[in-house]
Amino acid sequence: MTTNTLLPTSRSRWPFTLRFERRVEVPPAWLGPAVSLGAIVIALLLGAVVLTLVGGNPWAAYAHIGRAAFGDLGVFSDTLVKATPLILTGLACSVAFSMKLWNIGAEGQFFAGALGASAVILSGVVPATASGWVAIPVMLAAGMVCGAAWGFIPGWLRARLKVNEIITALMLNYVVVALVDFSVFAVWSEGGFQMSRTFQRAAWLPRLADWAQQVTLFRGLTTHLGLLFAVIAAVVMWYILYRSRWGYEIRLIGDNARAADYAGVSITRNTVLVMMVSGALAGLAGMSEIAGVVHRLQTNISPGYGFSGIIVAWLAKLNPLVVIPVAILFGGLLLAGREIQPSGVPRLIQGIILFMLIASEVLMRYRVRIVKAGEE
Amino acid sequence: MQYGLRYPRDFPMTDSPLAVEMRGIVKRFPGVLANDRVNFDLRPGEIHGLLGENGAGKSTLMSVLAGLYKPEAGTILVRGEPVHFNSPRDANARGLGMIHQHFTLIPSHTVTENILLGLDEPRFLMRLPEYDRRMAELGERFGLQITPQAKVWQLSVGEQQRVEILKMLYRGVDVLIMDEPTAVLAPQEISELFKTLRAMVKEGKSIVFISHKLNEVMEVCDRVTVLRQGRVTAAGLRSAETSIPELARLMVGRAVLFDLDKKPQTPGEVVLQLEGVCAANDKGLQALKNVSLTVRAGEIVGVAGVAGNGQTELAEVITGLRRCSAGRILVTGDDVANRSANVTIHKGVAHVPEDRTHVGSAPTLSITDNVIMKSYWQPPVAHGWSLDSAAARKKAQTLKEEYAILAPTIDTPARMLSGGNLQRMILARELSAKPKLLIAVQPTRGLDVGAIEGVQRLLLAQREQGAAILLISEELEEIFSLSDRTLVMYGGEIAGEVREHDAETVGLMMTGAKRQPVEG
Repeated sequence: MTTNTLLPTSRSRWPFTLRFERRVEVPPAWLGPAVSLGAIVIALLLGAVVLTLVGGNPWAAYAHIGRAAFGDLGVFSDTLVKATPLILTGLACSVAFSMKLWNIGAEGQFFAGALGASAVILSGVVPATASGWVAIPVMLAAGMVCGAAWGFIPGWLRARLKVNEIITALMLNYVVVALVDFSVFAVWSEGGFQMSRTFQRAAWLPRLADWAQQVTLFRGLTTHLGLLFAVIAAVVMWYILYRSRWGYEIRLIGDNARAADYAGVSITRNTVLVMMVSGALAGLAGMSEIAGVVHRLQTNISPGYGFSGIIVAWLAKLNPLVVIPVAILFGGLLLAGREIQPSGVPRLIQGIILFMLIASEVLMRYRVRIVKAGEE
Repeated sequence: MQYGLRYPRDFPMTDSPLAVEMRGIVKRFPGVLANDRVNFDLRPGEIHGLLGENGAGKSTLMSVLAGLYKPEAGTILVRGEPVHFNSPRDANARGLGMIHQHFTLIPSHTVTENILLGLDEPRFLMRLPEYDRRMAELGERFGLQITPQAKVWQLSVGEQQRVEILKMLYRGVDVLIMDEPTAVLAPQEISELFKTLRAMVKEGKSIVFISHKLNEVMEVCDRVTVLRQGRVTAAGLRSAETSIPELARLMVGRAVLFDLDKKPQTPGEVVLQLEGVCAANDKGLQALKNVSLTVRAGEIVGVAGVAGNGQTELAEVITGLRRCSAGRILVTGDDVANRSANVTIHKGVAHVPEDRTHVGSAPTLSITDNVIMKSYWQPPVAHGWSLDSAAARKKAQTLKEEYAILAPTIDTPARMLSGGNLQRMILARELSAKPKLLIAVQPTRGLDVGAIEGVQRLLLAQREQGAAILLISEELEEIFSLSDRTLVMYGGEIAGEVREHDAETVGLMMTGAKRQPVEG
């Protein structure tokens, strides 16, 4: 009995070649996280190459980033402050993207939320003497309602008139930034400066440092109540997406809109609702930033939280609970990056990570086989 | 060398070597032995049918031959020479080409541009007019009517298939493998295709015709090889010396009951009534003209017709997926015309849609998420706002077993299911709701013999349980064996109703040559 061999007709020039074969089975559960982790490691290695090329010491730079973001309780607390709006904008994008609604207007909805939350304080709707128990819930509601309203516009246009939500949401970003500018220059300008007056203390979100007298460990910690809002929002969104009827409708539309239509799910209604929820979450991020960090309305309140939220959502594979650790990682990068360079390198590393993660998706659908020359 | 099956030598050997000889091909996928020591031979100038159920290994075997897959063991000889393919390009160079079920054409390019794509010619200037002329000539030679300048998106499915064939012919292919070429075609297009295949064979080409439609294989093939569960059960049978029942037995391993036992039954009250319904198609042209019909409880009303005569629109109008411009649609007495799909679902209307992958299922969601699609809003799956995932999983598990959906687990995404299993999943979902009215559109299209029988039995069981069933199908045999009454659609109208199932009368009505008034 002879062995069955296929005679080779051509030989590869390389010692081995890579072949991509479509997966015929569901990949194992550990593969997803493993591939993502691998992609991040490769991204950091590529970042190291770039850092070396520009004359830096990559390992020193990474170690510095690590220390500056997670080195001690104080800086970790600052990282959490940066992560708070990112969790919320990440959630805003996750819920919209789950329905394949490309809401890239989280930045604008963030500003709308900040504007709404500031307006109730600055216009005196909340009296100056009111306690935090009144001021904060009113600001919270105002911020979310304004964010939802800013999400409603592209949602309604998409649902009723089939206008592409990417374009309307993006353009509305500029409109609301201009509205904030107008407010701080013309309406609530303090002494001619480009910012409003500082809010009364009752309108500040409590920080850990406020309890420093009771718990000495909290001394100087800037983490504020917004983080709790963000974590609660993440849990609620997870529950909605994976454990509720409505979340099922959202995922069904996102996976196959025609099937959703066939199952009797209203796409029009859900388009508007999801854009409003997405806007409300981004608006909450704006409110939390205004009330927890800035304490006044001014321009430049966001280093692009709304856009980073898109990246956070994708890295978390749209899972609301995974959004939290991803946002903390990004918060750290945002904070520590400034220690190295104001803008360039940290953004670059962010970009490389995103690229690698998107590229790594292919490994979920294909398996790679290494074929040695002559072995085939 | 040892083979799984003795190679039949009961036919006279010709002088010319075999066009293709495959010996002891073994191809394994994780968990599946797709081809188990398979032998296959193809003579020059023949149409060789490769028959088997879904998942029998037909496409795998031919993908090995076309250079897409590498076998774990086995030899391939082309015109007597051993070959070894690393890619479809290598196979092309040896004169082998495969046309897949899903076409690989670029819609915005012309026919000529699509044919030239991937070739080394023309070198620099496109010189399209010259190539247009060559394509037209080539098409004429093989009886393939085609406009080389037309953009692919403008072409019908049948015409697109001709472009795929021309693509292969232009590459000088003389062994053409066609994977279920008739699955996407309308009846007239099928007979056109068969003519082309014969013209090609006359020119000395050899064709492998993959199919699971017995009558087509009998009609067009010279010889047939049957696969079952990755093994050859009959190699190179002459189609003239076999019969449909024999092939069916070889395919499924048991005699298929084509005579379903249908109990005589008196229909009950009217469940569905259409009165003068008019509707437009996606292009805005009138697709339904004044359609009136009734379906009673416990009765199957068949709708026969050539594809594109309004059947799809009829199903969509009734299930609330399409607006109608006139008329009334009464489901158990209530008008549901221009209401949403939601309303019809709540009224107890089940819908087995024509397009399983794009309408009937959500591809990346799990089987569980797919089977609750029509019941996620009501107990036991829903408790108020929240979904009870334990109840959903229990339902999925029960249905998976009851309807024999073959999948590793209920968490498997729907896109991983084979055609037959996907259809069983959809039927499980639709029938488990105990519908009052079932609209089934092409419920057995693309399924293998065993699966077809299963689906037809399920429909009959629904009839016995008193459901009203509107069965829209292009398979006349299916309609004749299942329905109590048959309506024929032509040009968006009901051309007539027949109770006596006479293929000739129905055929004439389907082509618009005859009309017959609808009885009571």
